Amino acid sequence: MSSPDTLTHSKTAQGPLVEARGLSHARDGRTVMAIGDWQLQPGAHALLLGPSGSGKTTFINIVTGLLTPSHGAISVAGEAMSALPPAARDALRRRTIGLVFQTLRLIPALSVTDNLALAQQLALGHVDRAAIAGMIDRVGLAHRAAARPRQLSQGEGQRAAIARALITRPRLVVADEPTSALDDANAARMIDLMFDVADGTGATLLVATHDGRIAHRFANRLNLMAPVAA
Amino acid sequence: MIGLSLAYLKDRGLNTALNILLLALSVASLVILLLFSSQLENRFDKDAQGIDMVVGAKGSPLQLILSSVYHVDIPTGNVPLDTVELLRRQLGVAEAIPLALGDSFRSFRIVGTEPAYPALLGASLAGGRMFAAKMEAVIGADVAARTGANLGQRFVGGHGMSSGDDGPKHEETPFIVVGRLKPTGTVIDRLILTRVESVWDVHGIADPGEVHHEGESAEDHEAHAGAAEVTAVLVRFGSPIAAVRLPGFINRQTNLQAAVPAVEVSRLLALVGVGLDAVRAFAVLLMLTAGLSIFVALLTALKEREGDMAMLRVIGASRAAIIGQVASEGLILASAGATLGLLLGHGVIGMAAASIEQLRALGLNALTFHPGEALIVAAALGIGLIAALIPALRVLKTDIAETLANAR
Repeated sequence: MSSPDTLTHSKTAQGPLVEARGLSHARDGRTVMAIGDWQLQPGAHALLLGPSGSGKTTFINIVTGLLTPSHGAISVAGEAMSALPPAARDALRRRTIGLVFQTLRLIPALSVTDNLALAQQLALGHVDRAAIAGMIDRVGLAHRAAARPRQLSQGEGQRAAIARALITRPRLVVADEPTSALDDANAARMIDLMFDVADGTGATLLVATHDGRIAHRFANRLNLMAPVAA
Repeated sequence: MIGLSLAYLKDRGLNTALNILLLALSVASLVILLLFSSQLENRFDKDAQGIDMVVGAKGSPLQLILSSVYHVDIPTGNVPLDTVELLRRQLGVAEAIPLALGDSFRSFRIVGTEPAYPALLGASLAGGRMFAAKMEAVIGADVAARTGANLGQRFVGGHGMSSGDDGPKHEETPFIVVGRLKPTGTVIDRLILTRVESVWDVHGIADPGEVHHEGESAEDHEAHAGAAEVTAVLVRFGSPIAAVRLPGFINRQTNLQAAVPAVEVSRLLALVGVGLDAVRAFAVLLMLTAGLSIFVALLTALKEREGDMAMLRVIGASRAAIIGQVASEGLILASAGATLGLLLGHGVIGMAAASIEQLRALGLNALTFHPGEALIVAAALGIGLIAALIPALRVLKTDIAETLANAR
C-alpha cells in the first residue's frame, strides 16, 4: 500500500474536493481495499494505479457513494458521502461527479447528442442544446453527433463517454479503466483529451487503472497493491 | 424519460410492433363484440318499441318476429284479413296494425300498412306527405339516401327481397313517392311504406285480394289469389291484462300464432350470447396473452439493460424515474395497442356493415362509441402497466455497484 500522502496537494482555501479518513473496506471478512487518509485537491489530475483486485473499483464505488466503506469515512465536496442516506448520496453524486467507464455505458438506443441530453436532464433538470453541441465539438465528434453508440469506433465511444461525464459540469470526473481496451496511441490520445476537457471545464480528475502505460502522465499517483488477507 | 422509453421501443422495433399488434387484436376483438352485441340489442329494443305482440301464420315465432318486426327474415305465411278486425275487437288492444309483405325495391322491403305504423316507431315526415291513395309510397331515410329517390318519382317493385335488376318486376303497377321520412335509427329507415291495398293491387288482385310472401315463385303467387290476407298484425296493448290473456287466446286459433317480441328477442340473444361469450372469453385470453408477452419482452429487455439502468442511476436517475421509465414503456405499448385496437375494431364493424347486407339492415354503425370501450382501454393500459412494473421493481433490487462492476 502506498503512502496516503503521495497524492496530497497543497490545500487551497476551499479545502480538498475528496478526503478519505482511515478508509478501508472488507468483504466476507477480507480486506479488499485500504487507503487510510487521503486527499484530492480541486483541479488535480490523480491516478489510482494497481493490479486487478487491488481495490480500485471498490474505492471508486465508495467515492461515488455506490458503496459504504467498512471503516473510516469519505467526504466529497465537503459533504460526508459515506454518512449520507441513499437519496442524498444520489443527489450529491448527480451534482458533483461525472463517471467514465471502460465499457462506456452509453445508452445504445440514443444518439451521442441524446446520451448527453439525458445526462444533462437527469443531473441538472434541463437540456442545453448549445452546450451539448459545444461539448461534442470539443471532443471531436461533431460529425458523429447523430450516431448511435454501436455505430462508433472504440475511440469515438470513449470520447462520447467523456463528453457525457463532463456535460453536467461536474467538479469531479472519475474514470475507471478508461484506456485498458485501447492501443498505445489511442490510450495517449484518451488521456490528452481527458486532461484537456477536464482542464477546460475546471474539473478534478481521478483515473483508476492497472494500465501502467499512462502512469507517467500523472504527477500524483496512488499505487494500490494486490489484496492481502486482513 | 418518455423520450428514452420511445428510443428503447424503437430500438427493438419488431418486438414492439408484435406486442402492439397482439394487444390490438385482443382490444379489437372485445370492441367488435361489445359494439355488435350492444348495437344489436339496442336495435332490437328500438325496432320493437311499442309492439307488444305480433300475430301471423303458424310457424316459428322467432321467424315471425324477425320478418315482421325487424324485417330480416321471410314471413311464416299469411293470415286472413279478418284477423285485423278480430284483434281490434279484443279487450285491452290499443292498436292492431296490419303488415302486407312480399316485394322490394333495390333490397328495400315494400310494406303494405297504415300510417299508424311509422307513428308507432316515432317516424315523422322530412318532406312530402303520408301515403293516402293506392300506389302512393313513403320512403325511409336510408331508402332515400341509397336509392336517390325523390318526391314525385315512380318506381316498380320486384318479387321477394331479390332486388336485382334481373328479377321479375311489377312493371304495370308503379309506385309514386309522396313522402320521405326523417331518420329514426330504426328499421323504418330501410322500409318503403304504402297502403295494404297497394300491395294487393301490385299482384293483380282486386281489393280485397291476396298478397304473397317472400321466396314464393310467381306461379305459386298466382295460385294464392282469392283470399284477402295480410302477412302479420302488430299489436299494441292498452292494458296489462291483454298481455296475459291475448297470446293464449290467439294461439288457440287454428291458423294463427302470437309471438311476443321481448320473449323471442331475449331467446335469440341468449342463443347468440353463448357464442358471443365464447368469443369474448377468447378475446380476454388474447389480452392476457398480450400482457404476458409485454411482460416477457420487458423482462428480457431489462435483463439486457441492467447495465444501462445502473448507469442511469449513477448519472442521476431516481428510483421513481427508473420505475417511471420502465412503466412508460409498458404504457406506451398498451396505449398504442389499445388505440390500434379501437381503430381496428371500429374499422371491422364499418367494413362488415358495408359489405354484409344483414348487418347493415340491423343498423350496425362503426361511428358509434360504447362506454364499455373505455373499460377495455383501461384494462389494456392496466395490463401494460402491471406487465412493466414487475420488471421495473426487479431492476431496482439489483445492486448498482455490482452490476456496473460485472459489466466493466
